[in-house]
Amino acid sequence: MSVLVDKHSRVIVQGFTGNEGTFHASQMIEYGTQVVGGVTPGKGGTRHLDRPVFNTVHDAVKIADANVSVIFVPPPFAADAIMEAADAGIGVIVTITEGIPTTDMMRAKHYVRERNCILIGPNCPGVITPGEAKVGIMPGFIHKKGSIGIVSRSGTLTYEAVDQITKAGLGQSTCIGIGGDPIIGTTTKEAVEMLMNDPETEGIIMIGEIGGSMESEAAYWIKEHGTKPVVGFIAGQTAPPGRRMGHAGAIIGGEDDTALAKMEIMKKCGLYVVESPANLATTMVEALKS
Amino acid sequence: MNIHEYQAKNILKSYGVRIQEGIVVDTPEKAVMAAKKLNLETGTEWYVVKAQIHAGGRGKGGGVKLAKNLEQVESYSKSILGMQLITPQTPPEGKKVHKVLIAEDVYYPGPSEPKEYYLSIVLDRAKSMNLIMASTEGGMDIEEVASSHPEKIIQEWVDPGVGLQHFQARKIAFLLGLEGHAFKEMVNFIMHLYEAYIKIDASQFEINPVLKTSDDKILAVDAKVNLDDNALFRHPDLQELRDITEEDPLEVEAARSGLNYVKLDGNVGCMVNGAGLAMATMDIIKLSGGHPANFLDVGGGANARTVEAGFRIILKDPNVKAILINVFGGIVRCDRVANGVVEAYKNIGNIEIPIIVRLQGTNAEEGAKIINESGLRVKSAVLLKDAAQIVREVMDEIA
Repeated sequence: MSVLVDKHSRVIVQGFTGNEGTFHASQMIEYGTQVVGGVTPGKGGTRHLDRPVFNTVHDAVKIADANVSVIFVPPPFAADAIMEAADAGIGVIVTITEGIPTTDMMRAKHYVRERNCILIGPNCPGVITPGEAKVGIMPGFIHKKGSIGIVSRSGTLTYEAVDQITKAGLGQSTCIGIGGDPIIGTTTKEAVEMLMNDPETEGIIMIGEIGGSMESEAAYWIKEHGTKPVVGFIAGQTAPPGRRMGHAGAIIGGEDDTALAKMEIMKKCGLYVVESPANLATTMVEALKS
Repeated sequence: MNIHEYQAKNILKSYGVRIQEGIVVDTPEKAVMAAKKLNLETGTEWYVVKAQIHAGGRGKGGGVKLAKNLEQVESYSKSILGMQLITPQTPPEGKKVHKVLIAEDVYYPGPSEPKEYYLSIVLDRAKSMNLIMASTEGGMDIEEVASSHPEKIIQEWVDPGVGLQHFQARKIAFLLGLEGHAFKEMVNFIMHLYEAYIKIDASQFEINPVLKTSDDKILAVDAKVNLDDNALFRHPDLQELRDITEEDPLEVEAARSGLNYVKLDGNVGCMVNGAGLAMATMDIIKLSGGHPANFLDVGGGANARTVEAGFRIILKDPNVKAILINVFGGIVRCDRVANGVVEAYKNIGNIEIPIIVRLQGTNAEEGAKIINESGLRVKSAVLLKDAAQIVREVMDEIA
């Protein structure tokens, strides 16, 4: 077991023939992900990376039986790509694209909600179930199959956590990069809930940052329903209010969305909160013992 | 992106939102001419001289003055133009005023009392919907109203599928206690305001105050408009409204090199790939006894060019006493980053302050070797906790 993606996932790449799409599709294939083709409108019928190219996601679903999509489409067209995937019946849509306008994402999110599918991202590294499927841009080799689930709003900070967990000998069940934008498809709480319900996951690392209230909502949910230890970190303890820290969603708007406020709530809800991201794995090892 | 009040008002007006009319100028002479023109166009005999800077609370800092004749227009403009305006929202040293808005007086006497309201549109991230907030407590700080009289804040969420509906605007206007002509004006005001918000891809509107005049017109006396940076690509006209004199010069320079940099006031500079890791690195600096001097995300491709640009920007900040480079090499290989650091270091010449380089991920060991054998005054680390320890040692040396 794992969540979202595994060795049975039949993955297509939207924006398949572009630079980003090509590079990361090859990396995914090399990792062993079952990439069944890609979509580039106008290039249907051709082949790329020894896989079929389709004009529409509908064709990819009908002909190649795709059920997971990863999107590398540029920002102006990305929301459209998300809605196309949802309309075609794709079950898990992973959107890597950074820089999608907020109004576009608002519409796309509500569109997706009305259909039976899960949107991960945008502005995220993707999802990986080590040893089975890598659907995103993360470096595959730092991962190792194991029992720790990771949920994070960030890219490289997730890799940091993964690396520590691997070196601690634990390994990961599934790592979910949920994205750094103000509007994302799957929230921290929803991702934590998936991992909490996954029998293979024994502990969860939850990495958040300043801005919004997702980590607090997740913490309150964990307090009520949590059955496994959760180690939490919030990036941006030293970030000034009102300034955007790289991610479109990383901005302190009030007293409730500072790192300290979130960490306080997480502690009260029984999470193992670390002040330094250097201590994620050691804290998890301790948490699993108790 | 932030824009000035006069720019915001021009945009609102173009979408049919009634505004307090005004003319922006940069000299006292032009201010007097603007006042004369306003007098002809609107009949106003008093004028408001308003400093144009990207910060609220301008009135409290002496940046907004009511002039009752042309002499006062001239003298107030003279004193405000060029001043360092300090408000609760500016940096401690304030912001220099380059332009003033000469605006009509809208608080004139008439059949009814003028009354101020508050209106804003923001993104409710938890609901992924736009939220309209309104209050009868116009002119006040909305955070204060929210904590002292939460019942006085009206909230209306907009369905992104269908947009703002007329009944919602009516509901807000009724709840604000309006009737007759002013009620109709407010409904129109809200509908047009929301239309503008969507069409220009705004990320925040705050109209405080919205005024009901003594003859029952509804208009925007002030306007704070923020634009969604991610949507600027489809608004070339709005891109031109950017005023770089309002921004930190180092941040402007960094943006030109494709770096995401935010200046802070600490003593340890940092350069990181990825926004989350960059924030986490700032936190580590703090936990190790230093204070972060900046946020700097060099993005996915940390190479010699971006590292050199990053070095140059960080080194321009005289408060910086050490630099921590933290790169997690995924796709980008650490040995390449290390070579980039060495090359950038040599290109810049003599860097007087200690540099700590932490490279982890693909080819991390090779990267550390390159750094250690370069002969440069650079300390290297692979593990994050080791980097933190070196920062602590460096801080002790400096202190």
